[in-house]
Amino acid sequence: MSNTLLISLAVLGILGGILAVVLYFVAQRFKVEENPLIDEAEACLPGANCGGCGFAGCRALAEACVKQAAEKGNIDGLACPGTDMGKVAAVLGLTAGTFEPKIAVVRCNGSCQNSPAKVHYEGADICAFATTLYAGEGGCSKGCLGLGDCVKKCNFDALHIDKETGLPVVDPDKCVGCGVCARTCPRGIIEIRPRGKKDRRVYVCCSNTDKGALVIKNCAVGCIGCQKCLKECPFDAIEMRGNLAYIDPAKCKACGKCAKVCPRGTIHAVNFPAPKPEPKALEGAEPAVKIEHQAQPVEVKTEVKPENTVTA
Amino acid sequence: MNKYTISGSPHVHSTENTRKIMYRVLLALLPALLVAIYYFGWYALRLTIVTVAACMLTEWLIQKFLIKGPLTINDGSAALTGVLLAFNVPANLPIWMAIVGSVVAIGIGKMAFGGLGKNPFNPALVGRVFMLVSFPTAMTTWPQAAPIFDKGFFADAVTGPTPLGILKEAGVGSLAEAGNLQFLDMVLGNRGGAFGEVCAIALLLGAIYLICRKVIDIWTPLSILLTVFIFTGICYLINPTQYIAPWYHLVYGGLILGAFFMATDMVTSPMTVRGKLLFGFGIGAITVIIRLWGAYPEGVSFAILIMNALTPLINKAFKPKVFGVVKPSKN
Amino acid sequence: MNPIKTFKKGGVHPEENKLSADKPIQDFPMPKQIIVPLGQCLGAPAECIVNKGDRVLTGQLIGTAKGFVSANVHSPATGTVAKVDVVMDHTGYYKPAVFIDREEQDEWAEGILVTDELLTDIKLDSKQIIDKVKECGIVGMGGATFPTHVKLMIPEGKKAEYIIINAAECEPYLTCDYRLLLEKTQEFLMGVKILMKAVNTDKGIIGIEQNKMKAIELLDKTINEHKDLYAGIEVQPLKTKYPQGGEKQIIKAITGREVPSGKLPIETGCVVVNVASTYAVYEAVQKNKPLIERIVTVTGKSVKNPGNFRVRFGTPADLLIEAAGGLPEDITDVINGGPMMGKSVSVTNFPCIKGTSGILLMTLKEAQDRRQTNCIRCGRCAKACPMGLQPFLLHKVAKQNDFDETEKNHIMDCIECGSCEFTCPANIPLLDYIRYGKAKTGAIIKARNQK
Repeated sequence: MSNTLLISLAVLGILGGILAVVLYFVAQRFKVEENPLIDEAEACLPGANCGGCGFAGCRALAEACVKQAAEKGNIDGLACPGTDMGKVAAVLGLTAGTFEPKIAVVRCNGSCQNSPAKVHYEGADICAFATTLYAGEGGCSKGCLGLGDCVKKCNFDALHIDKETGLPVVDPDKCVGCGVCARTCPRGIIEIRPRGKKDRRVYVCCSNTDKGALVIKNCAVGCIGCQKCLKECPFDAIEMRGNLAYIDPAKCKACGKCAKVCPRGTIHAVNFPAPKPEPKALEGAEPAVKIEHQAQPVEVKTEVKPENTVTA
Repeated sequence: MNKYTISGSPHVHSTENTRKIMYRVLLALLPALLVAIYYFGWYALRLTIVTVAACMLTEWLIQKFLIKGPLTINDGSAALTGVLLAFNVPANLPIWMAIVGSVVAIGIGKMAFGGLGKNPFNPALVGRVFMLVSFPTAMTTWPQAAPIFDKGFFADAVTGPTPLGILKEAGVGSLAEAGNLQFLDMVLGNRGGAFGEVCAIALLLGAIYLICRKVIDIWTPLSILLTVFIFTGICYLINPTQYIAPWYHLVYGGLILGAFFMATDMVTSPMTVRGKLLFGFGIGAITVIIRLWGAYPEGVSFAILIMNALTPLINKAFKPKVFGVVKPSKN
Repeated sequence: MNPIKTFKKGGVHPEENKLSADKPIQDFPMPKQIIVPLGQCLGAPAECIVNKGDRVLTGQLIGTAKGFVSANVHSPATGTVAKVDVVMDHTGYYKPAVFIDREEQDEWAEGILVTDELLTDIKLDSKQIIDKVKECGIVGMGGATFPTHVKLMIPEGKKAEYIIINAAECEPYLTCDYRLLLEKTQEFLMGVKILMKAVNTDKGIIGIEQNKMKAIELLDKTINEHKDLYAGIEVQPLKTKYPQGGEKQIIKAITGREVPSGKLPIETGCVVVNVASTYAVYEAVQKNKPLIERIVTVTGKSVKNPGNFRVRFGTPADLLIEAAGGLPEDITDVINGGPMMGKSVSVTNFPCIKGTSGILLMTLKEAQDRRQTNCIRCGRCAKACPMGLQPFLLHKVAKQNDFDETEKNHIMDCIECGSCEFTCPANIPLLDYIRYGKAKTGAIIKARNQK
């Protein structure tokens, strides 16, 4: 018995050895010569192949960078939204411009509490379809439908639908600002904005351009177009689009003044420090620090009707 | 004021649902089960109960603990797999083997692919073939039919070869000697074999019910039976001493059970009429080849599994004619 | 009576539930303020030509068609324009509309003949008829609201062989066309004659389902009694099957011809027009009366008095529901249209417009979405599809966002009848996914053609 064992081992071992040597030479013979810089450049990139750079994948972007660096001596115009291109430039022996990190911002705060459901939706869970069928459970025709097309498309697992509010929540640690969610949302609610200095940003958390009276009917925190923010802004960074205020991120210096004067709590100032305790607190004073997607303590004007739940 | 429901049209629905379809098939199998109990007694009943329970339990366990998804054991598909699996095996099969077969049928044949509707192969046949390959002796020791009113409900089965077994081993002549050429016996089920496949009449009754209720189409079974009949008929005409008459082939073995209840499984068979005809032809042809020239006496299970594998290709090749699409004519 | 015809491919048999079939049409009074939307048809909404404070007469033009596929909008009442603003339509979206504060009496706009007499002399010629139809804002009133004058304009090189009147009314519950056939038979037949003259043909076929026997017999009798007046018009009974009222299906059933994929019915020499639109054509051509009212069926199993109402546009639907006995307690679904192709309604005070054929109130038991299970590849959807498509494949491929495959499998040929979803034993919302796939595939095709 042991004889058979030894012979089997020997034969298979020698066969394996010969094949290994053959494979080695074949690999050498058919090796594709590639610029080693491409590998190094690719190593700096996230590797998620999200398409935010406009190329087919991270390797394609790396190849384009190496090619352009060799031809033109710079990597201008080539950028991965989630990476500091300075690292790639350093690998290629160049200097890159300043990197402005970006993040996805969900411009709707029409949660189940702020915009209570008036109808009940039963159908395919695709936002792109639901938007053709009806305005929305809360009634706002420009608000988030909560079915999660954005969540499904995110390559970085940075979005999830909050069960309490029914709105998508961006994880600031995972989001790189690639823009896929913004392109997916059929209502254009998600915007890619710069993270801002010290990660502070101010934005109008509403996408409804209708007149104020119509907005109030459906949502407690929608923008009514009163323009108080516009008048308050010392940097002229706010403009009106229809009846909706919009803060231009290029001009905004994140002072937070507009957020303080907004009567509806529509403007969100993210990551601002808490105010020093006031000796005389005014009744109903609103805190300057707002955590994204929490309902403003404003009286909800729409009544929550008793639900007629549909049982499956 | 009520909260209205918003949904896409249509807003009404027919009363058809998956569960009704499954239970109708189970009802159609009832006559065959009753005949099986008549010929094989307690063993047949016990085995059926065990396989049905094992299949449903396997599905429940996998859905509750492994997948952690919605439970679907009430839709009748696991029970149906259990019954069909039981109908394919000898009545005196040890219980533990039947349980192993059920676990494989549901676990590998169905749940591993994603549950109902996602499996490429007929789960009952996956279980059966697994058992045949793993327990060849037990799976080929067939009890002979013994009417319970003669021999008793709990009587131990007397084992012996099936007609196809005799045919394979010893040829046409031996069949006559073994007294196994009584056509009526074959039709009524008074022979050896898997207890679900023996009685042609009971199975046909159930099949007619299903066809009338529009649960299954006639095309696949018709194509299978016709193909088998024609091929074996040709062989019989060429050499009557070596090959048996085609009408015997129709009632021997699991052909009728396979043609009407296994090949017509919606999940694993083609969608269009032409596809179904080709599917049936393939099954018939492979069955005949295995029966006449292959190593196994019965080829229906393998034939159906092989054609199941080809179903996606058949579906791709044969699509229904779209309204208003005219194929450009060659000038 | 002609032998019964039908279309062979696909089709389903939902319960007919024609609860209001024997209810005669009732005139419905307008409220103090009516809200007339400017977008009442397929294509672009009309452009408003009145301002706040203007006094408008009944039948006066208040919105002009914008673009080729668009229709004029006329004032359904006499009164003062309160404002030109937005109104919530049945989906919850805001659409531009004219708000009119009514005066009690109708003062008709100049040129409109106000008479109930049957006018049998057609004074206009073919081109004038089409212009008149366009002027009076007539659209397809079966629900699609395609402007009728565009349909009547036969392209160069094509000839209209038949005028086919779509009297199938295959949608369960709806009876507005049926009642119109029974009560305004001669006016309707004159409308058919006018349409035949407009497209220069001498053959008019009224396709009508078997379940409307009374109407079939009445039409046959009327045509026979006035053979010289209604020469060339015949009644073709059709088997009661959904979707017999689909344009392509009715052409196939009556003439045996299939409309080629991606093309219009005129390719088969047929022009298909709805019953209510035909009646409106009669009123427009003979009396110069624009489209300002229609019959609306209010129905449902728990509705106390289901009925058919003659409603002027702009009347809020909740008033009609009140007239039909009020909103029952157990209603969970309010549908604008029939149960197979109608649209879910978010609010009941939407204004009735040209395409509002019915308001259907459904209970939970009838309309409930049952629990969805896995597709068992049974193929019933493919058998039911009247266009020969494979909904089980299309919905899966659309869900996967594979729009090359959807296009290859002819998703754009889907008529969205809902037969597939109706029969699916697994309760899969097939049509939702197919509609999504159609929208995306259509956008891709459009972008590709524009290059």
